[in-house]
Amino acid sequence: MRIGFFYPIAVLLVLGGTFATLHIDSNFVFYAGYVVLQFVVLATAWNILGGFTGYVNFGSAAFFAVGAYTTIALNKAFGLPLYAILPIAGLVAGLIGLGAGYLTLRLRGVFFAIATLALAVVLETLVANWGYVGGASGSYVIPPAEVPFFDNYIEGLFSLMLLLAVVSVGIARYIARSKIGRGFAAIRDDEVAAECMGVPTLRLKLIATTLSGALMGIAGAPYPFYVTYVEPTSAFSLSYAVNSIAMPLIGGTTTWFGPVIGALLLGSLQQWATVTISSELNLLIVGVMLVGFVILAPQGIVGLVRKLIGWKAGR
Amino acid sequence: MDLFLNAIAAGVLLGGFYAAMTIGLTISFGQLDIVNIAHPSFIVLGSFCTFVLHEHAGLDPIAAGLLLAPVFFCIGIGVYSVYYTSFERRGDESLRGLAFFFGIMFIMEVLLIMTFGVDYRLVETWYIGESIHIGPVGLPFRMLAPFCVSLVMAGGLYLYLSRTFTGRAILAVAQDRLALQLMGADPVRTKQIAFGIGLATTAIAGSLLIMLGPVEPSVGRLYIGRVFAIVVLGGMGSIGGTIVAAMILGVVESIVATFYGPSWAPAVAFGFLLITLAVRPAGLFGR
Repeated sequence: MRIGFFYPIAVLLVLGGTFATLHIDSNFVFYAGYVVLQFVVLATAWNILGGFTGYVNFGSAAFFAVGAYTTIALNKAFGLPLYAILPIAGLVAGLIGLGAGYLTLRLRGVFFAIATLALAVVLETLVANWGYVGGASGSYVIPPAEVPFFDNYIEGLFSLMLLLAVVSVGIARYIARSKIGRGFAAIRDDEVAAECMGVPTLRLKLIATTLSGALMGIAGAPYPFYVTYVEPTSAFSLSYAVNSIAMPLIGGTTTWFGPVIGALLLGSLQQWATVTISSELNLLIVGVMLVGFVILAPQGIVGLVRKLIGWKAGR
Repeated sequence: MDLFLNAIAAGVLLGGFYAAMTIGLTISFGQLDIVNIAHPSFIVLGSFCTFVLHEHAGLDPIAAGLLLAPVFFCIGIGVYSVYYTSFERRGDESLRGLAFFFGIMFIMEVLLIMTFGVDYRLVETWYIGESIHIGPVGLPFRMLAPFCVSLVMAGGLYLYLSRTFTGRAILAVAQDRLALQLMGADPVRTKQIAFGIGLATTAIAGSLLIMLGPVEPSVGRLYIGRVFAIVVLGGMGSIGGTIVAAMILGVVESIVATFYGPSWAPAVAFGFLLITLAVRPAGLFGR
């Protein structure tokens, strides 16, 4: 990974995935693949704040739902297409991240965690009381009948999510290696020491919450087109929150590829389990794996593998 | 005016109930610094255990709560032992410790849904549904009973913490571990007992919750913002502060619910939490 194998591989991935949509007929692959990729974005976004900086966000579902409801509102009000909504969804979710961070991050980190937990409940209450976007009974979104270049809209959405996943992983990787990333790591390891060394901790933490929130919002923006029917309970589902925490922690939090491993593994496992076993049991598996990993393997799969092959170099 | 008086009376009763829900967290989060976000889920678990005991053994909800408290105490000791060896000793409370409690919360919720479904459950006893009237103000028993139980529980805890050796050790362990060891008390053991007491109160609070109204497995989420707001507002670890803060939140919520509609009540708690954190993080009675 020295001179940048990453970028050619990333471009190849997106092109390959898009090419695959033309040649694979089974739509199930794209329906399932979309969900897994969506979790790659969520896990990576969570990790920018949680893994790099050490602040826990329990409200991933809230940011995700903010993205989804931005799409519903803008689509209903102005009939905007998805690609125009994406940046706005990111902006709205990012601003909420910034606000929550600004109010709570000047104190101890646990207050931010508690605030995000409560934020999810309050935003769900607000949306359930907001009649324009369907309120508690939900609303329908009609996907465009024709998508240029793709056979149908689900293949288009799959390619879009693939692009988003690759871009967000690229952002996470760039941050991990940049000056900002070293600042994040300094905050995670010892915030007081970092502050004393002149690291602008509050500003960096706000960058992390904003960016993380924005990426989660962008991950949620295509969701209404994917399911075509959105109601608050499903958009704010706790399973988004628990998955976007479990995936990085199971994969390994301190690297950019840990969450990707966790998301691909756990996401595929769940897609398989939802089809074969019940969906409740499948959520239970995620919860048990989360608790098991944080107790027994705190460094996640990446840490386990490193221990196994005795690789000490940290990236 | 009658409406206003009724709203205030209902708010005070509600606040008393909130105090019962929060007081365990006052000990575990306020005093021991263990961020037990699964606290409301344990309350819901207590509610469902009460429901089972009431439905199959015909026990009175309050008696069921008292019976469950020792069981929850033991669960608390177990949970703290795992928490201590896996996170606190490694100095890893902030990220993985939080994720641990979040995982526990999630597992309990899913297990309850798998066992009981997503239906609302409730208990019926002779005194639920009755109410007494003082002038224009009506006090329903289903709110008065939790209020009284809560005050008794808070009073008992206050006496325990201020009069007994173990109680004082609990107050001391957060302040100075080393000094505590010099006084001949084991800090880990002390925290175990304190966390156990914290969970024991959730059993009783659970029996009060199901007495107050029907309960479904994910209702705990609605209370997370409330209980933490009360602990912070009450000054992190003060029992008296917890009761006052719980009353304030109860009254404000009740007034908002009466005049603007009950669907805004969860937003009140969150607003409380944010304002407290932004303006006065040390709480009303902060040191």
